[in-house]
Amino acid sequence: MNGIRFTGIASAEELLACPGITSEERFNKGPVAVIECVQEIPCNPCEHACSSGAIIVGQPITRLPVLDGVKCIGCGECLAACPGLAIFLVHKNYTDTTSLVEFPYEYLPLPEEGTAVPCGGRDGAFIADGKVVKIKKTKHSDGTALILVEVPKEFFMDIRTICRKGVSDDRQS
Amino acid sequence: MKKTQILIVGAGPAGLCAAIEAARAGAKAFIIDENSKPGGQLFKQIHKFFGSYEHRAGVRGYAIGTDLLRETEELGVEVILNAPVYGLFRHDGGMMVSYMKDGREKAILAEKIILATGAAENALAFPGGTLPGVMGAGCAQTMINVNRVLPGGKIIMIGSGNVGLIVAYQLLQAGAEVSALIEAAPFIGGYGVHASKIRRAGTPIFVSHTIERALGKTRVDAVEIVRLDESFQPVPGARRVIEADTVCLAVGLSPLTELAWMAGCDFTWIPQLGGHIPIHNENMETTIPGLYAAGDITGSEEASTAMEEGRLAGIAAAEALGLTAERAKDIKLEVWARMNALRTGPFGQKRFEAKAQLLESAKGAAR
Repeated sequence: MNGIRFTGIASAEELLACPGITSEERFNKGPVAVIECVQEIPCNPCEHACSSGAIIVGQPITRLPVLDGVKCIGCGECLAACPGLAIFLVHKNYTDTTSLVEFPYEYLPLPEEGTAVPCGGRDGAFIADGKVVKIKKTKHSDGTALILVEVPKEFFMDIRTICRKGVSDDRQS
Repeated sequence: MKKTQILIVGAGPAGLCAAIEAARAGAKAFIIDENSKPGGQLFKQIHKFFGSYEHRAGVRGYAIGTDLLRETEELGVEVILNAPVYGLFRHDGGMMVSYMKDGREKAILAEKIILATGAAENALAFPGGTLPGVMGAGCAQTMINVNRVLPGGKIIMIGSGNVGLIVAYQLLQAGAEVSALIEAAPFIGGYGVHASKIRRAGTPIFVSHTIERALGKTRVDAVEIVRLDESFQPVPGARRVIEADTVCLAVGLSPLTELAWMAGCDFTWIPQLGGHIPIHNENMETTIPGLYAAGDITGSEEASTAMEEGRLAGIAAAEALGLTAERAKDIKLEVWARMNALRTGPFGQKRFEAKAQLLESAKGAAR
């Protein structure tokens, strides 16, 4: 069966209905948060991490976070604040042919900036090679690194991680 | 014999919070724990907690543990470690707790006692289940996060509740390969976001699957799993063997209720909360006046609710001693509001209903 409850991966339908994901139009304007939070669980640190007031959970605390694409400035503070590691930052039109995808990452070793890495989707499977543009820590990080990868534009809504197997294979070779 | 106003058994999140509230209210509080370090399971929790931002959500479990310990210290709460409690008796109008310390029997008298004993992991019986390499998920978590030892290289996790999902993720972080996570129910029990983390790392999740046997002569070499039909029966021909050196069991928790039984508390049976639960009222007081229960002993939940229940028991016990009567009412209302909020949504609703049933049974229980 399809859906996060059965596979551990949010389905296309669940993502489409997700109030944390903004419009196509907003994606074209610049970096914006993508909150892939599709289950009502008691959690709201994202709301408080956002200094622009772009994320609203409200009451009860189990409501899904709603992203206001107009208010979101694409700072990425919410990424490391989310205990579920379910928030990403996407800059669709980074160049004519590439997008920038930023995601939280809690494994060591970290890849090096500037290197090519295999990038994967929500199931960890390889999608395309990307380039590590930056690795950052923010005030909400507390150990969680944020990795920015430049990837082929057609995959901006598919690539959500670097392939760990790829990382360890590189290390071994 | 040693005497105290409020004695708390168990120095986990519920016990520490109970001690903090009791001491803040001006009571002399005392904690006994059988472990060598206080904190219960908190110091194994290296992930960021869920919940409300105002109450430390987004903070890693061990950091919350550190803060709670500092607070108990500042408030002058005495903590006795390496001291298993084995007896709970009525004595001279109060209660007496017996425990072992340094190989000697000791006892302490208390006016109020709060049981915050926690829960123990359930086991699962299957052929090969006694081979080295089969262990509780909590055991694997202790190995990696406390002792910094990797239990194995290729791990199969059984059970998709939050414990199974979180420990699988932490094993991946520690450098192990988690070959698969399997779940007998047709859906994942824990939070989807935890499941998504391990899926992104390449670990498959098989729902409607159970372990048939662990294979190996001197230790686990492989695991045979089988698909289950709607009535949880193995589907013929739907078996497969996965190479593995470690099997972790995350198949639920059972409240540690021995002391409550010994004291003569009335119990009720609520499967959603883990089985036999001592009946308690809104003050977390059991059917034995002056004896309170908080945390997983009243039904396994999360650390966030355990801390709230501990606060409730601590303030209620202090109030019963005649302390902080004015503030107590407000604090208790705030705690209940927070706990009810944590017990909403598709994951919390059943626990909310089970807890409501537990409180309801308190009204019927003889005092």
